[in-house]
Amino acid sequence: MKFAGKLWMLFLLTLCAMGAGCGGSSPHQANTTVTTSGQNVATVTVNGGPNSNYANGLFVSVTVCVPSSSNCKTIPDVLVDTGSSGLRILSSALSLALPQQNGSSGPVAECLPFVSGYTWGPVQTADVQISGETAQNVPIQVIDESTFPVPSNCSSNGPAMDSLQSLGANGLLGVGLASADCGSWCAQSGGSNPGLYYQCPSSGCAVASESISQQVTNPVAMFATDNNGVIVELPAVTAPEATLSGSLVFGIGTQSNNSMNAATVYTVNDSGNFTTVYKGQSISSFLDSGSNGYFFSDSSLTQCGIAQGFYCPASTQNLSATNQGANGASGTVNFSVANAETLFNNGNDFVFGDLAGPGQDFDWGLPFFYGRDVYVAIEGTTSPGGTGPFWAY
Amino acid sequence: MKSWKFPSCKGKPRLCLVAGLALLCSVLPQQVFAVLGGSEASVQTDQVHMQASLRTTANAGYTVHELRAPTGVVVREYASGGTVFGVAWQGPWPPDMRQLLGSYYDQYQQALQQQSGRPGRRPVYVQLPGLVVMKSGHPRAFSGRAFVPDMMPQGVKAEDIR
Repeated sequence: MKFAGKLWMLFLLTLCAMGAGCGGSSPHQANTTVTTSGQNVATVTVNGGPNSNYANGLFVSVTVCVPSSSNCKTIPDVLVDTGSSGLRILSSALSLALPQQNGSSGPVAECLPFVSGYTWGPVQTADVQISGETAQNVPIQVIDESTFPVPSNCSSNGPAMDSLQSLGANGLLGVGLASADCGSWCAQSGGSNPGLYYQCPSSGCAVASESISQQVTNPVAMFATDNNGVIVELPAVTAPEATLSGSLVFGIGTQSNNSMNAATVYTVNDSGNFTTVYKGQSISSFLDSGSNGYFFSDSSLTQCGIAQGFYCPASTQNLSATNQGANGASGTVNFSVANAETLFNNGNDFVFGDLAGPGQDFDWGLPFFYGRDVYVAIEGTTSPGGTGPFWAY
Repeated sequence: MKSWKFPSCKGKPRLCLVAGLALLCSVLPQQVFAVLGGSEASVQTDQVHMQASLRTTANAGYTVHELRAPTGVVVREYASGGTVFGVAWQGPWPPDMRQLLGSYYDQYQQALQQQSGRPGRRPVYVQLPGLVVMKSGHPRAFSGRAFVPDMMPQGVKAEDIR
């Protein structure tokens, strides 16, 4: 009887280790669990991406369909970006004829400026499926510089992110705090319109106002269910690795597998930023899975000679900063900065927990997400954490 | 007094084309491409381009021209001795970099293209002997600065341009 009891225990433990019978979760370390099962869970992978050279890129597969049809294409290696909103796919990776969005004077195209470049191309409509979730009639951007010529006001944000080479991914899945990518700015006309949306009759593209509902939109906000945000769940990283698997979980507090547990809610200001206090200075900051390191200014850290845009300290530096939400929530973050050139020496490694470089804001990139469950609550939605936008971890 | 007449191109189209191009070329660089490294007067060109309001403050050794565009973009231009030596910006969207960096824009683009190594999205950090550009943020919140180290007045540090 006693022996049988032990066997039973062993059986249960084995089941748990296999990821079954434990509510779909497998423990990785003390402060995080990666949810692995559920129709609202997509597998995400950090690896070199489609060109086998991307450092700290988080990739997912997205299925795009002609609306209300079974004419679909599954696109792998789409970068998961909590720093932007909306789906953008390279036309070369899409090869699917989607309906074009049209404005009063012609087909609609968009120029979305990022820090490291811009994406340009037509706005088209698709049904978007990720894991078991579907969003219908989502305005997406097809990255394509051949349909309409790039206006000079757009290329001014260069370089172009218009190819597999320059983007390092087949597309961008923006699952950030915003629902529509531009918001009320682009819905206005006249001088206050920032000029992201264009209408392109045969005479040429001209800036046009674009209503919020027509703008390229975070597909999560348009899911039928689990549409109030996402959780990025990644295991901890202690040394450079070739690959790392985790989950992108849809919905916050909408299912048994996406509850908030003990996560602290940090609300943001109108710009979608909170504050990081580092070495006594308060700096505007944000969580961005689409940035590939920690980026902040520290003149005591040596900059790399070859790997431009990264830090190369002689020995790994253990640092600390405090994040402060607009709601007054506060928490310390410990992190390390290693020598980027040493990290990059092994060409087979793509997962770096200690990669950092200079930046004007405090940009908590993908290394911040390692070993954490990071909640991104979309503006205007409600969840157990309150009304979005907010981050929680 | 004889009134001045607009020159006619009638009967001499080729000459006129050449003259017109020359005039255009002499005017364009100063009028359209302004600012960084340019004359302090080019601030006004930027003001028109951005449809911005302008506020000027004097500091020790330099002047700051702050332009506020209706798009929410704020640009600060730092000038000394009649020359703009630095620019800084912040807002929901980036300013027109081609306009702002003027004759330094091509150099900046070239440096970005040449930053080799592992690809990956990150802030812009360009440090050349004659030009430094930093650009951070995300859609709805951008900030950055650019300056020409050789043109910086004594005692002014990179951190002062913000």
